[in-house]
Amino acid sequence: MPERPEQGTSVAVENLVKRFGGFVAVDRLNLEVRKGEVFGFLGPNGAGKSTTIRMLCGLLKPTSGRALVAGYDVAREPEAVRQNIGYMSQKFSLYNDLKVIENLRLFAGLYSVPSNKLKERIEWALQMANLKGQENLITGTLPGGWKQRLALGCAVLHNPPIIFLDEPTSGVDPITRRQFWDLIHKMAEEGVTVFVTTHYMEEAEYCNRLALIFHGKMVALGTPAELKRGSMNGELLLIECEPLGNAVEALQSAPDVMDAAVFGNALHLVVPDAASAMPRIEKYLADNGIAVGRIERIRPSLEDVFVSLTTARDLGEEGKA
Amino acid sequence: MTDQVQPAIEAEGLTKSFPGVRAVDALSFDVRSGEIFGLVGPDGAGKTTTLRMLAGIMPPDAGRATVAGFDVIRNPERAKHALSYMPQRFGLYEDLTVDENIRFYADLFGVRKPEREARSAQLLQAAGMSEFRKRLAGKLSGGMKQKLGLVCALIHRPKVILLDEPTTGVDPVSRRDFWRILYELVAQGVAILTSTAYLDEAERCHRVALLDEGRLLFCDTPANLKARMSKGVLSVTSPEPRRLRSELEHADGISSLVLTGDGLHVVVDDATRRIPEFEARLKNASVPFDAIQQVAPSIEDLFVDAVGTGASPHA
Amino acid sequence: MSFTRLLAVARKEVIQILRDSRSLAIVVIMPVALMLLFGYGVSLDLKGLPIYVYDRDGSQQSQDLLKRFQASEYFNVARVVNGYPAITRALDDGHAKMGIVIPWDFSLRLRDGGPVQVQALVDGTDDNTANVLIGYAQAVVQGFSAETQLNWLRGRGQSIQPAPVSVETRTWYNEDLESSAFIVPGVLALVMSVIGAFLTSLTIAREWERGSMEQLISTPVSAMEIMLGKLAPYFVLGMFDVIVCALIAIYWFHVPFRGSYVTLLVSSALFLVVVLSLGFFISVLAKNQFAACQIALLVTFLPAFLLSGFLFPIEQMPVVLQWITRILPVRYYVSLLKKIFLKGTPTAMLYADLIPLVAFALVLALLATRSFHKRLQ
Repeated sequence: MPERPEQGTSVAVENLVKRFGGFVAVDRLNLEVRKGEVFGFLGPNGAGKSTTIRMLCGLLKPTSGRALVAGYDVAREPEAVRQNIGYMSQKFSLYNDLKVIENLRLFAGLYSVPSNKLKERIEWALQMANLKGQENLITGTLPGGWKQRLALGCAVLHNPPIIFLDEPTSGVDPITRRQFWDLIHKMAEEGVTVFVTTHYMEEAEYCNRLALIFHGKMVALGTPAELKRGSMNGELLLIECEPLGNAVEALQSAPDVMDAAVFGNALHLVVPDAASAMPRIEKYLADNGIAVGRIERIRPSLEDVFVSLTTARDLGEEGKA
Repeated sequence: MTDQVQPAIEAEGLTKSFPGVRAVDALSFDVRSGEIFGLVGPDGAGKTTTLRMLAGIMPPDAGRATVAGFDVIRNPERAKHALSYMPQRFGLYEDLTVDENIRFYADLFGVRKPEREARSAQLLQAAGMSEFRKRLAGKLSGGMKQKLGLVCALIHRPKVILLDEPTTGVDPVSRRDFWRILYELVAQGVAILTSTAYLDEAERCHRVALLDEGRLLFCDTPANLKARMSKGVLSVTSPEPRRLRSELEHADGISSLVLTGDGLHVVVDDATRRIPEFEARLKNASVPFDAIQQVAPSIEDLFVDAVGTGASPHA
Repeated sequence: MSFTRLLAVARKEVIQILRDSRSLAIVVIMPVALMLLFGYGVSLDLKGLPIYVYDRDGSQQSQDLLKRFQASEYFNVARVVNGYPAITRALDDGHAKMGIVIPWDFSLRLRDGGPVQVQALVDGTDDNTANVLIGYAQAVVQGFSAETQLNWLRGRGQSIQPAPVSVETRTWYNEDLESSAFIVPGVLALVMSVIGAFLTSLTIAREWERGSMEQLISTPVSAMEIMLGKLAPYFVLGMFDVIVCALIAIYWFHVPFRGSYVTLLVSSALFLVVVLSLGFFISVLAKNQFAACQIALLVTFLPAFLLSGFLFPIEQMPVVLQWITRILPVRYYVSLLKKIFLKGTPTAMLYADLIPLVAFALVLALLATRSFHKRLQ
């Protein structure tokens, strides 16, 4: 009888490692996700995100370490793990030439939904996805938002305690996205744990907690607010000035400026301390013949945090090598 | 930024329908030289169709368009010398090396050998790909394939570049690199029209056209667009976002409310008035919260506001 | 038209062919494989057919008859058996195609002046072979019968002419009546169909499928440059394969070559234009590689195999099919091949075949050019 983790923990990962030959894809990962939490997994391609997800889904055996998903050990009981999770990828999981109802029946079969529950679960999925009355439409002809809800419906027919979402709302209009995430939050309220992987920072904001993976290691963990507050190296300034091009060049070599980049019609600067930097920067630009229109401190976005953490790491690694 | 007499791209009344759907509906806008112009909107908004019409590979049902001074609807072949188009699935040949791909496109645009060699060396160096010249394109990483696509698109010094969702699925670091290259290009006077479904990317453009279901909602600089928004946007952080929502859902003055991972994103009619009201309400109900702050509206807020108020019908 | 652009398209196509092991295999190995397959594997000749013999008489005369069967190159007396069951079994499991049974009173009857009947049991599953066997068997027996009659008459002191009428045969064009000579020239048509239509049909469809076509048509390259650039390498490969196959035919299979090399090359070039245009046209219409190659095979390879006269003579087909073959370009090419190789027909007399081929080439080339547009729709 495998050990069950403490009540309330849905996913427990302990020193998880995956090696492919000499290459370490996942390097001693540790995390815990609570029941009913919406957890986000961010990271550039090749960082070890997909490898971790595959291990958690019971598709890949870890090299060492342990992971318990829904109470089952992914290495020793992968089949049990798979029966207890749902997986949704908007772009890839549905069969476009099947009707809505046919896709639902297919997935019900794949997830071994017992036949006495079949009708009831399909009804529930249709209701939840707001697709009642549209059962006979061909999936390929549905608008993006509907396909998304259908894909979600198919992923939860068997009432799994944990669902994995792979970039579920990229490319979808904001209104549909909000409706989708309302659905997800409702499920989370009922105790379903939601694991999201994405590049899409707007999606990341919907998560309760985020883990940032880089080169196989977790480099940050926390709520979106915590990450924006604490993880960023330095503070962010927005500067509007003319001419913009010259300003960037001048600022690259300015003292105290950690990074300077064009952003639309303005500049974003990373400085150690905003309050003290503002007057100095303004003077510096004026000395260089650049008139400053507006200069203010802005909150870093998750993307800023992401970039800051991953590039710092890169530089750090280079330093070591 | 230089303003030329004639805009680099002019679109007037472009319309295109497919069986059962009006993909682009009387779209009009222009793009100046030295400008990055964003076509922003969700899937199905008409971005790709618009780009294809401007690239001269899909005739519109109605409307006119000029690109780099050429009438691209009536005489597309002449326009093609001066423009570059990078579709979503860009035309890299995986079984050709980096050099062979570049040579192919250079030849198609009539770039002679000495010019081609100089320019490709320069571009590859800027992209950090100089050591990969002999590598098969299929063996490059995703980010490098993107950069190679861009190099091939730039080899003939186009005046206008059309990009269809060039950063979709690309991680934020590579995306930032890509934008850096775009900014350098416009500094040289090129006009860039790019489409994106990432609303936050709209902020990086000089001017933006928000599209929804083939129709133009707005066209202006991101700053002006946000200034237009008369409403206020509040961010409320709390360790218990769901309780927050159930408490504030029915409060007065709210036009929209979104649950985020660590709180609530609320659009209200008057920020200064509502902040203290909400604070009081939450305190009374003993709902824990960290702070209520007014934040700058995002492009997404703009979009939802416009679409939600009936500027365009939505499912 | 820009030569640089055309060359760029052609160069890319060549690189892609060389780096794709499947295309390369088709170009290099397939022609040789097909030649060998049809040259050796298919034989329409009927020689050395196995027969079982049941001699119930066992006399000098019955042995004489049997020796005739043995001497004939059409038969191979596989076994001499002692009963019907053995013959029945052999016919059933194919060890023999025919069983000869000589009755117990064979020599007795002959001494009395006949008549006597020899029984032949034939495997009729393949009626062609059966007919031939019956014919040969009758010929052997008739020969024996005539000689017996002659001896009988001589024995009574009468002399007659041996055999009043006989046929003196001279086989032209294919003296050894080797079916490989008949078949092998036609294999060139099969090879051309595969290279010309099958490989080409993939080229445009592949670009659409992979997504690179969208970008290609946004560049200044013209539709004609794309078409010619893409087809040129396959033309060169096709002509190369014609030469390779002709050499194999002549030096390996010893198929006689009596016509003009120039005419062979010109005919092949014309046929290549036909199949290349067809392949291109199919590729433009089909939009995906799977459909494209299926259609290409159906429209070019299958007719080349069944209806071109390559294996099954057109004259022996039902009239309706004969009329259908008139609209198949491959029929004219195969006809030209056989005439050039085996008959050495002077070019002046080949116009009945050349003119239709030229017509097809022009029409299909025009069709292909008109079909491809630099538009997305």
